[in-house]
Amino acid sequence: MSGLKPTYGRVSRYGLVAYASSLDQIGPLAWTVEDLALLLQVIAGPDSLDGTSSHEPLPDYRAALTGDIRGLRVGVPQEYFVEGMETGVERATREAMDTLRALGADLRDVSLPHTSYALPTYYLVATAEASSNLARYDGVRYGPREAGETMWEQIERTRGALFGPEVRRRIMLGTYALSAGYYDAYYKRAQQVRTLIRRDFEEVFGQVDLLVTPTSPTVAFRIGQKVDDPIAMYLSDVFTLSANLAGIPGLVVPCGLSEGLPVGLQFLGKPFDEATLLRVGDAYQRVTDWHTRRPAL
Amino acid sequence: MADYITTIGLEVHAQVLTASKMFDACPAGYANTAPNSCTSVVSLGLPGSLPVTNQRAIELAAMTGLSLNCTINPFSIFARKNYTYPDLPKGYQITQYDQPLCRNGWIEIHTGAGETRRIRIERLHIEEDTGRNLHLEDGTTLIDYNRAGVPLMEIVSEPDITTPEDARLYFEKIHQILTWIGVNTGNMAEGALRCDANVSIRPVGQERYGTKVEVKNMNSFRSVERALVYEIQRQVGVLESGGTVHQETRGWDENREVTVGQRSKEFAHDYRYFPEPDIPPLRLSESWIAARQEELPELPDGRRTRFEADYGLSTQDAGLLTIDRSVADYYERAVAAASEVGGSAKEVANWVAGELFRLLKEHGESYLVLETRMPPRHIAAVLDLLAKGTITRTVAKQVFEESYASGNDPAQIVASKGLSQISDEEALVALAHEVIASNPKPVEQYRQGKASALQFLVGQMMKATRGQANPQVARAVLEAALEKNEEGR
Repeated sequence: MSGLKPTYGRVSRYGLVAYASSLDQIGPLAWTVEDLALLLQVIAGPDSLDGTSSHEPLPDYRAALTGDIRGLRVGVPQEYFVEGMETGVERATREAMDTLRALGADLRDVSLPHTSYALPTYYLVATAEASSNLARYDGVRYGPREAGETMWEQIERTRGALFGPEVRRRIMLGTYALSAGYYDAYYKRAQQVRTLIRRDFEEVFGQVDLLVTPTSPTVAFRIGQKVDDPIAMYLSDVFTLSANLAGIPGLVVPCGLSEGLPVGLQFLGKPFDEATLLRVGDAYQRVTDWHTRRPAL
Repeated sequence: MADYITTIGLEVHAQVLTASKMFDACPAGYANTAPNSCTSVVSLGLPGSLPVTNQRAIELAAMTGLSLNCTINPFSIFARKNYTYPDLPKGYQITQYDQPLCRNGWIEIHTGAGETRRIRIERLHIEEDTGRNLHLEDGTTLIDYNRAGVPLMEIVSEPDITTPEDARLYFEKIHQILTWIGVNTGNMAEGALRCDANVSIRPVGQERYGTKVEVKNMNSFRSVERALVYEIQRQVGVLESGGTVHQETRGWDENREVTVGQRSKEFAHDYRYFPEPDIPPLRLSESWIAARQEELPELPDGRRTRFEADYGLSTQDAGLLTIDRSVADYYERAVAAASEVGGSAKEVANWVAGELFRLLKEHGESYLVLETRMPPRHIAAVLDLLAKGTITRTVAKQVFEESYASGNDPAQIVASKGLSQISDEEALVALAHEVIASNPKPVEQYRQGKASALQFLVGQMMKATRGQANPQVARAVLEAALEKNEEGR
């Protein structure tokens, strides 16, 4: 599948069940980048029912798919090629970068110095917001409820029984990060670092039109494989979290197979410049067939 | 017993009078609606719903801030106050925390002793109201979400208040200003305006404040004063008996006239405030703030001062006539009507603040009936009848009262009831003789030089004409008759 995470505010969140309100963003998933463009055209745009939705003009995304990426400046952030990346993943990513060069793109090394802070920052911001957003699932007004002797017992039992272990873990993390005495050290600090991460991108987008990176250090792990090691599980997201924190758009397209499983190639763009991402992704899919291959499962 | 200094700060919660709720288009006017009929996906906090700021609520709150002499922050943010309670459907309340809409205001209160005191206002912020829990005797709790999401302003005073009377006056002044500019209904019974107090005492000479106690559930001006009087006495009693005042929340029990401990602050909630990610920061331009200032009417204190200066009213009358904006507007309409017949603003003030207010009180009616009960032209008519000598002052009061009761034109009442003043000497001569004949004792006293006896006899003349006799003429006729009577002896 190909997938697009639009700029924060590009697509209304109204109707989306909230997890982390400042990070949540609805995006299309499809077989091809062209389909992503068509779908985005329909779902993007301002919405008076979402105060954070943007009034930025909406381009014609389909018309942006020219197949021509000659001269486009594509940054390769060095911080995204880390120790411990699967060789198959790195190989597929490097090959895809060669393809982009062959199409006339101008690839150059860039730096996003605060990249390593993205993961802890994300897990503080996201869990803090989640701890608040999930408070409404107390069985009082909405959803199923567990019986209890008193009002408080009913609420405690409902939340204890119906939230899964990972959700409970995140609620606890977020509650802790927002608590009196810890707020400054955790939540507030995380917001400050988030600003630094956003500035990294602003700076680099003064030099290049978009970025290309791997999507994840590894291919997909088995369901339940990392449940007992949440840190390892969270590390799978290390390359995709920054786009959420900075609010910028990200596009992922298949670019190869490693150990029989798909490898994704990620493009990160300037705020509200989904059109350029789609143009590059589409150009790539015109000369490759990874998006048509299915792994043997 | 040592002398104590009292320190009081008030938190006033005032609903903002808007058509829709704070964060969505759901109607806000829930009074007189069935439980849970005035709700929406947003005010019920259903998954997927999002808050969108009600622009009018922001405007009205800013206008309130301006009328309380606050600074409007060009940049303010909403925050989430997280706590669990069934009347709070999202599990958090959207409010403002460290960056409120307004700061650093003040209002002046005018004490019974004629002093003016300035009470500073720390902040005014916007938030959403909660639903309401109804606890039944069998232990069941019913929840009504009609109120959930209604826009609310919290107005926090500095601890500048030193007596229960001043606390009441401060609350009354807030009520006056908010209803005056039309941002609040002022209906305390419906909960549109609510008040909590923080109160502490310390011995004279002690610098640091005593332990503060929060008093809630005071639903009228009177109960604010009564509750604080009680609470201060209670704290004095605790200290005098060698005890310590505990930081706690106490509720005012209106029936028993005592404050009762509710929950200890030792278990205080950690509200885990953080900036509300669903709502962008509020940025207000200078021109936007200027437009809100423009939108404000002349405020009660300004109008009161103007009434004193322009109409020569006493401070007391000017205060009475600016008690409510509808009263002040009515008064000025009556002044305009009276000036057409040469009536003075001061005379109008005497009638309105005196006779008319007395009648309102007697009939248990509100200011809202002024215009229909006594249209300004009727006030002007009474002044006209008086000025022309058509009726006496005594009859004027009677006509005024009849006009109030029936709504009829005063001139018509005078004509149909034959209440015109009797200034014709001839008409009064016979009556004078009658009065003399039937009051031999006062007549005798008069002859012995007792001046008050004449006054009594004039009074008898007025009584006999039901106040219609011109008192000067009556007096002259009576004196002449007495002389004649003397000669005839």
